[in-house]
Amino acid sequence: MAQITVQEAIDQALAEEMTRDPRVLLMGEGVATKRHALVEAFGGERVRNTPLAEGIIAGTAAGAAATGLRPVADLLFAPFLCYAMDELVNSAGKLRYLSGGQFSFPLVAIAMTGAGWCVGAQHNHNIEAWFVHSPGLKVVMPGCVADFKGLLKAAIRDDNPVLFFVDIGLVFAAGDVPEGEYLVPIGEAAVRRSGQDISLISYAKTVAVCEDAARTLAEQGISAEVIDLRTLKPLDEASILASVRKTGRAVIVHEASRTCGVGAEIAAIVAEKAFTALKAPVLRLSGPDAPAPASFPLEQAFVPQAAAVVDTARRLCA
Amino acid sequence: MSVKLYDERPEELLQMMHLIRAYEERAAALQAGSGVPGTCTSVGQEACAVGVIAALGADDLILTNHRSAGHLLARGADPGRLLAEVMGRRDGYCKGKSGSLHICARELGVVLTSTIVGGELGLACGVGLSQKMLHRAGVVVCFFGDGAACEGRFHESLNLAAVWGLPVLFVCENNEWQAFVHRRETTLADGVVSWAAPFGMDSATVDGNDVEAVRAVAMEALDAVRSSGKPFLLEVRTYRLRGHFEPDDQAYVDAQELARAWSCDPLPRFEARLRDCGRLDDDAIAGMKAAAKSRVEAAVAYAVDSPYPGMDELVTDVYA
Ligand SMILES: Cc1ncc(C[n+]2csc(CCOP(=O)(O)OP(=O)(O)O)c2C)c(N)n1
Ligand SMILES: [Mg+2]
Repeated sequence: MAQITVQEAIDQALAEEMTRDPRVLLMGEGVATKRHALVEAFGGERVRNTPLAEGIIAGTAAGAAATGLRPVADLLFAPFLCYAMDELVNSAGKLRYLSGGQFSFPLVAIAMTGAGWCVGAQHNHNIEAWFVHSPGLKVVMPGCVADFKGLLKAAIRDDNPVLFFVDIGLVFAAGDVPEGEYLVPIGEAAVRRSGQDISLISYAKTVAVCEDAARTLAEQGISAEVIDLRTLKPLDEASILASVRKTGRAVIVHEASRTCGVGAEIAAIVAEKAFTALKAPVLRLSGPDAPAPASFPLEQAFVPQAAAVVDTARRLCA
Repeated sequence: MSVKLYDERPEELLQMMHLIRAYEERAAALQAGSGVPGTCTSVGQEACAVGVIAALGADDLILTNHRSAGHLLARGADPGRLLAEVMGRRDGYCKGKSGSLHICARELGVVLTSTIVGGELGLACGVGLSQKMLHRAGVVVCFFGDGAACEGRFHESLNLAAVWGLPVLFVCENNEWQAFVHRRETTLADGVVSWAAPFGMDSATVDGNDVEAVRAVAMEALDAVRSSGKPFLLEVRTYRLRGHFEPDDQAYVDAQELARAWSCDPLPRFEARLRDCGRLDDDAIAGMKAAAKSRVEAAVAYAVDSPYPGMDELVTDVYA
């Protein structure tokens, strides 16, 4: 095992997949400036700085994906995806279906989001659920370094458009990544800690918040299971349901705003398919239905905290 | 603080340029040293902001972007409140919610600031439409970068403003950089100004490191907008002397090009002109710099003293 950062994990995944498959290319505003090693290794044809125009980056990616290339588009910060929305949602997400299956769109759109850099709501907006709601797209949001590598490699190999969200709070996080070829399948959740009394279901940086909470809960005699979703679409329903059927209680934790967030979908799945196993209502802890502020303490307060997870879990287990 | 209006004296322009430079350098130093959030500084572009804004009247409105401190200060913003905003403090212009990237100050006519590159261009059309339909006198001045001109929104905005005859002065500060990408990598045209004519819009280019030239051209452009009611594109040629977002080591910038750009620094250039024509001597210039520095030090003290917003602010101002 080697300790690397999320940044390095992303670089490794890109380099390995570009080596493996000459159809893979990387484009975005400044990717060739910032990822110099990739330019050296693969040349300017395959690592392209683009004009400052997200719509055309995503449009080009979709057109190229449909006709033989496998583009990875770095769109920087998630709110900038708004400019690329048409190309991702209306083109990449729908034109396979609308063409009766004649085309596929093997592309990856990478974007950062989340609290941590005090950059405010035009850079920090957890909009992953928008894409979960859009047909034809897959959505990935890793919570640990190894998953960044393994899921990005899987996303590049996937024949569908994949939105790959990078939590800003994790960019400089370091962790172990297995040596050699390492893939994490899209659509599989991970049990980060197993427990009997309550399921804490999360993704991205709030997985660590849940793990913190689980440690505190353990000291108080409550055994919490922590599920890292990793992929938001397709959701790993089987893992969610297996956990909730075992524990009978669930708290879903994410930084994205509450209304129509991923947590709402999970609560609905649990209500529909595991109702009889429930010993308590399913609860959500999330960011508020507000834009993310820049001010440091407010930005921190936007994110669900371990203490709140502990309180909520204790109430449900009482 | 109220809108700052400028008289004919060139010293006023120089004083303001020094204030902006001192503010930006102090902010960058704070960011390098402590946990103060980073900013996109306008170092090198002071003559653009001051030249254009010194040509404005009290009723004119400004829209800006992520690189806004020069525009705000030139329009009369209080450096203490500005820095407080950058630091996310309660006394900032936006209660600390904006941070550095979307600072607007309605009381100064700096009406909307978008850090979505190109966002301000679309908004400027709407502000122009309000001015026109509500029969308000002020011209709308929209600052944006050469990078923003690559967004489709730029072309859509110019077209709409031209077709609808909106009173907008589009000011492109072409600083040769679009974050970490040089302009020459993104456009084959040498500048942005040539994009005006196909939309039927009048335009001009000016040396953006010559504050008096910028002011003179801006005055003509504003007169044209006022008298015709039609939009105008002004391209101001300058250079981003510091990095994109502090801290930034500029390792990706060609050293010779950067050195050449520093040799065209608009501040010493203007000082030399005023010295040559006998309006200012070295002591006067030193006095100006010292005054700017002490204003900025007072601003730092004010910002550091300002408390963070209360937790209730997390969910206020979401809806009207
Ligand atoms: C839609 C969008 N894309 C990308 C960014 C990231 N970004 C912020 S400023 C910037 C460069 C802007 O270049 P330019 O318009 O020339 O303005 P300058 O920074 O040079 O003043 C970039 C890419 C953004 N804020 N918004
Ligand atoms: Mg620029």
